[in-house]
Order: sequence, then structure tokens, then C-alpha cells
Amino acid sequence: MEDISKNPALDPKDTPDALVTPAEGGPADSTVNAETVAPAPKKKKKKKKLPPKVIVVENLGVRFRIQEQKVDSLKEYFVRLVKRRLNYKEFWALKDVNLKIRKGDRVGILGLNGAGKSTLLKCIAGVLKPTEGTVTVKGNIVPLLELGAGFDKDYTGAENIYFYGSMLGYSKAFIRERFNEIVEFSELGSFINVPVKNYSSGMKARLGFSIATVVDPEILILDEVLSVGDAKFRKKSSKKLEKMMKKGVTVLFVSHSSDQVLTFCNKAIILDHGSVVASGKAEKICAQYEEMISDKN
Amino acid sequence: MKEFINNLKKFRFLFWELVKKDIKLKYRSSVLGVFWTLLEPLLTMIVLTLVFSELLGKGDDNFPVYILCGRLLYGYFSNATKVALKSVRKHGTMIGKVYVPKYMYPLSAVVSNYIMFVISLVVLVGVMIFEKVKVTFYIFEALVPMLLILLMTMGVGLILSTYNVFFRDLEYLWTVGLMLIMYTCAIFYKVDKIKSSTNAWIFKVNPLYSLIVMFRNAVFGRSIMTSDGIVEYGYHFWYALIFSVVVFLLGMFVFWRKQDKFILYV
Repeated sequence: MEDISKNPALDPKDTPDALVTPAEGGPADSTVNAETVAPAPKKKKKKKKLPPKVIVVENLGVRFRIQEQKVDSLKEYFVRLVKRRLNYKEFWALKDVNLKIRKGDRVGILGLNGAGKSTLLKCIAGVLKPTEGTVTVKGNIVPLLELGAGFDKDYTGAENIYFYGSMLGYSKAFIRERFNEIVEFSELGSFINVPVKNYSSGMKARLGFSIATVVDPEILILDEVLSVGDAKFRKKSSKKLEKMMKKGVTVLFVSHSSDQVLTFCNKAIILDHGSVVASGKAEKICAQYEEMISDKN
Repeated sequence: MKEFINNLKKFRFLFWELVKKDIKLKYRSSVLGVFWTLLEPLLTMIVLTLVFSELLGKGDDNFPVYILCGRLLYGYFSNATKVALKSVRKHGTMIGKVYVPKYMYPLSAVVSNYIMFVISLVVLVGVMIFEKVKVTFYIFEALVPMLLILLMTMGVGLILSTYNVFFRDLEYLWTVGLMLIMYTCAIFYKVDKIKSSTNAWIFKVNPLYSLIVMFRNAVFGRSIMTSDGIVEYGYHFWYALIFSVVVFLLGMFVFWRKQDKFILYV
């Protein structure tokens, strides 16, 4: 029964500092897969003490079964069962992915559509169970969702702060304490008591951003959401993100565009057809990615 | 297990937020607000009494109260399972983004409907006073069917919400299922004429009917073990107890087995 709620990713008691294992960061890493280990060995020599690993992905594989024709009704299911036509096509969305991400790293995940970026993020966020391999995450994860997905449209902004906050695992006392801060940052003013269905998309995005970032998460997941709100709010949110990064938050940033990755990230990886094809410093990887795209055209 | 309890503690607030949201939004846009919960069974009772009291058997029990008991319990079961069935699919986008224990969705739907059900018992009390039904200490035994129905609805809700993820037509099938259950619950008729026929077995297999019989017994000042004339003493109690526990455990098991696949289908 305990497995119903099994999710190491969100265990609040885990702090990154509790799991410093400097010995592990040694050359053993590079033998596994020299290209996919995020911190370059060069850097290691300069700084003796590396920050603790907060995300460790080992031999991760995710297999999907794609039905050639989607069967989603009982009637159809039985008809096909009788006719013995329940064909599945299997494919691996991710295969043998190894990653080690250290505290404070800002990792850009580049890749074309269908490369497995979102699947990887889902595994790290703990919502998708991998078919094989393990994902170990230390610290709490907060995803920044597009345009306030997860709000209830009939609820007012204020009610949604509590509701959405509870979804992210905040406590009631915490939300009550930070309520004003959230409202202030979102710049919604008196609109906070209006149902969210009457909000503009920018307002929703602002509220979502404000709620998600009030907590100072240890790991922040950004899935192509940085283009929210108007220019003024974008500036403000970028500033807030930068402030969080200075505090040592670990960021996973998914994008098609290498420009965005360059501005936000210090490390990057490229995913292609479910495996990591390159990883390392952001500048190098972005250049490689640009090359890859132009090759394909 | 420790992890399960920790998780439960952490997401307790979310659970009550979900319950609160269901209740709040249900009545937000209606003029009558929460009184609607009371008005609906009352009106049903009046209409059914007017239509059926002459037509279908006259027993010793007060007919309006007899109808209301069945109607309230069935109404709860039907509403709660309908909402629970859709609950996982409704929160599909969030399931793919943020980790929360997924059983929160069907269980909170069952609990929020239970709270509305308990509030609606006010109508029953009012009608009992109005009709001068004698209340005895057996009324406390009504807590037994009330707890069992909660357990049973949770189990059924978990099973339905699981399979609705994979089969969308379950929604329509369940509407039909609920209708069949309603007709075999003896809500607005008495079983006297059926009990000696060969079809009496229907009333032995419907666990909701067993719960309604127990509830009525308690309301009319009898032990919940009292027979309805079809089965022997205590049958309904044991049948409902075993059924509720089994279906609850089965629901947990089914949900737990399938929950990792939800994200691939919602």
C-alpha cells in the first residue's frame, strides 16, 4: 500500500547537504559515459570541493507501447480482443540515459520534437515511472507550468493560490504567511478576487509564476515557459529567477532554442531519439546543437 | 509504510482543499446555495409519496420517511461514484506535471459528497419530526450503515476512476448500471409482494439495498440486524460488511496496480 504514494522526489526531509559524497565524483563517473557526465573533469581540478549531486539518473529507459489504433472504449476493446487485434508497437522514448546534476547547476536540455525532453523531465519530476533504471532526486522540485495549468477556472485568484499551493505541496500556514507576497508579485491587485476564468492569459501566467517561485525550491523545472506576461513582467520574472539562481537553485530548462539556453544555463545536454548525444558546457553544446540543426536541413 | 504516512501528512492539506473546492463550487452559482442539497431529496420524496403511496403496498413504516431513507443513501452513492469516476481524468493535466498521490482525486470526491450527504440528513430529521416517527436508541445503529456506505463508495469510486482512464465509455455504462441499482434498491416500493417470488434473490445480492434496509431499521426503531422478510436475521449486516471491506481493498489494489499507467492515457 505504501507504494501508492511512493515518490522519493518529494520527500521534504531530504536536504542536498546531507548527501555529499565527494568520492563518487571521481574518475569512476567518466568511465560510465564520459560524454554524459555533466561536470567536466577540468573544472574539478580548479575547485576541489564540488557541490553535492542533487539529481542522479542512471541507465534510465522509458518504453511506450503505442497502439496502432487507439483503443479507448470498452466496446472497442472487447471487439478487438475477440478478433485478437490488440497490436502494440513498442518504442523507447528514452534509453540508457545517465546524468548527474549538481546543486546550483543550470542545465539546458536541447533537442528536437520527440527527442524525449519532456519524458526525461517527467521522470525527474516523479510523475512518470521509468521502465528501467533509476532516478534519484534530493530536494523539492517545483515545476513552472505553462499559463497557469492546474488552476480551477471557477475559483478566484485568491482561492487558487491556496489550491495550487496545496498541489505543489505547500502547507496551509506557509501559504497564509506568504499570501500577500504572492499577490504583490503577481501585480493582480483587486483582480485577485475575480474568478480565474475571467483572467487574461498573461494574468494567469503571472499568478502561476508567483505561486511557484514563492517557495525557493531546490530544483526548478522550466518547460519552455519563459515567454510569459508582458515585457515588464518578463523582466521582473527573469530578475527573480536570477536571484534564485544566485541562491543556488538547480534549474532544468527545456528548450528548442539554444539562445535561451545560453542566457540561462551553464551546462547543457542534447537529446536525440531518446539518448544523450552530447553534454558539457552550455556554449560548446549550443554550438554543437546549432550545427546539428543545420545539418539536418 | 512510513513513507505512505509521511506523504499523507504532507498532502493532507491538498486533500481538504480538493474536498472544499467540490463543495464550494457546487453551490457557488446557485441562488439557493446549500439549501439545494436539502430541497432536492425533499421534492423527490414528495413526488414519490404522492405517486406511489396508494399504488404500491402499505406497510407499517411511515411511507415518506421510508422513501427518504432509500433516496438519501442511493443519492449519495450515485453522486459520489459519478464524480469519482471522472476525477482522475479531470485532473489529467496536473497528473502529468506535478506529483501528488493520485488516490487523492477519487477519495476527495467521495468525501466531499459524503459531507453533503450528512448535511442532507437534516431533511430526514425534519420529516421524521413532522411525521411523528418514534425514535429509539436504535437510531445510533444507523452509524453502521453510514460508515459502511462510505467504505463501499470509496472502493467503487477507486475502481471506476481507474478504469475510466482506459475506457472512456465507462461513464455511460455506469449511468446504466446506476439505474439498474436504483430499481433493485426498493427505494419507492415495498418488497412484500416480491419476497415470496423466485426473483427475491435480487435483494440478496445488492449491497446497497442491504445498507438501506439497515438504515431504515435503525430509523424506525429496530435493530439493524432485523430481517426484511426475505433473508434471515443479520444477513444484511454481514453481507454489507463483507462486501464493503472487500470492495474497498479491491479498489485500493486495482488503483495501486494501475496508477503508474494513468499518465500514458489521460
